[in-house]
This record gives sequence, C-alpha cells and structure tokens, in this order.
Amino acid sequence: MAQKTIAGVNLEVTEDGYLENPSLWTEEIAKEIAKEEGIELTEKHFEVIKFIRENAEAGLTIRKVGKSGIVDIKGFYDLFPGGPLKISTKIAGIKKPASCV
Amino acid sequence: MTEKKDTQVKKVAIICAKASLEDVYAALVMANGAVMEGMEAKVFFTFFGLDAITKKQMNKLHTATLGNPGMRMPGGLPFPSLLGTIPGVEAGVSAMMRSQMEKLDIPPVDEFLDMITAGGGEIYACKLAVDMFKLKKEDLSDHVIDIITIGDFYAMAGGEGSQVIFT
Repeated sequence: MAQKTIAGVNLEVTEDGYLENPSLWTEEIAKEIAKEEGIELTEKHFEVIKFIRENAEAGLTIRKVGKSGIVDIKGFYDLFPGGPLKISTKIAGIKKPASCV
Repeated sequence: MTEKKDTQVKKVAIICAKASLEDVYAALVMANGAVMEGMEAKVFFTFFGLDAITKKQMNKLHTATLGNPGMRMPGGLPFPSLLGTIPGVEAGVSAMMRSQMEKLDIPPVDEFLDMITAGGGEIYACKLAVDMFKLKKEDLSDHVIDIITIGDFYAMAGGEGSQVIFT
C-alpha cells in the first residue's frame, strides 16, 4: 500500500493507483487521476463515473455500462481509451474490478 | 522487488477452429479481455469455428455431451455417456450453460462480437473454410471485416509484444 497526495488530499492507494477508501473520493480527485491518464473529464465522463460508483458493489462489466443508457460500449471506449473499465474505475475512486467481460 | 524485464503483450492474434460453445467462448473472452486491457485483438475463425460468425449458427452453439470428460450432472455426479446420446439432451445442457453464462454477464455470441468490435477488435473468416463450407460473405456476421487466407492473417499478427493463440 502506498500514500499519494491527489488534489491536495493525502490518500492511501493500491500499487496500481486505485483508492483504498472510495468514500474519500471527490470530483477534484477524479479530475487529477484523469489527467494522469491523459483524460480531460467532461460532463459525460461524470455521468458514467456516477453510474460506476453507484454500481460498484454489484460488480461491473463493460456490458453493464453499455446497457446503462448513458453510453454504448463504443462510446465507453471513446471516453476512456486504452481500457475503459480499469481506467474509469480508477478515476471513480473504486476498487479495480475483477471482471473478464 | 525484482526487476521485471518481460515484454508486455500488446497484441493477440487468436485462431478459433472449433464450434463448441467452450472453444468459441474461450476465443471470444480472450479477444474481449485483450481490448478491455487496451491491447489489439484480431480473431481468425476457421473450419468449424466459422459457426461462431455464421448468422444462422452463432447463437445456437452446443457443448458436447458425448466424449467430454469434463461433463458432469448438476451437483457433480458423473454424466452417463448414454444419457448424452438421447436426442435433446445436448441442446438442453447447452441451453443451461448459456443461461449460467448470462448470469455472469457473458453475452450471446452476436452481442459478444458487438462488444469486441466496439473496442476495436477485428474479426476475420478463413477463406479456405468459407470455400469448403460453401458460405458467402452475406452468411457471415456483419462484423467480419474480410475473408482472408491464413497467410494474410499472419501478416497482420506481427510486431513486438504480439502473440498468436490457437483454441
């Protein structure tokens, strides 16, 4: 486990940069993690992030996000290029999902 | 920590030559998993594997109830081979497998192809097998980019960190 200061807050993060405590997440933190991933967050991003945070417990898949009514799968890949599920969950401040779909 | 010197996998070229539910899904899960991780994925369907991209067959794939040593009854008891010979049993078992997968959010084959291609994965059909089974481009899923030879496929499979996988 490592310590990292994100948006002025000292946070515990996993080895690959996921927040240990999702309840400490703020939109400012999201923006800073996104910047590290090379993504400028738009309102659409935040809609997806909201859905992801709300469904974190139920287990997330790309398919589920695609059926959210917010984005389709292609749109999800476009918003978070290079690994939508792992990148969006990192920005959303939740645990890295253990999903193969 | 020891220093890792592994070259990261950046691209997978997957060849699927069989039509059984498990072989096709292995190929699809690997391809989808690759694009999900930001890797390139190309899948080449050949011989009976063509069923997975043939419109008429793709959502009706079966798992073998005969000659399948992994086959067990619900609850774990051995699955008697003779049972597998009864008409309808294989279809029933296959339908059950599909519904179990649906519960894990694993989609039917056509939707799985939608997901893979939405992520940038590419689907190809083998020319030799298409000719052999007398299929036409219009018999195949719209996601099939092209009908190509294995040589064409190998030509796309190169590059640092690329792997060829056969299921």
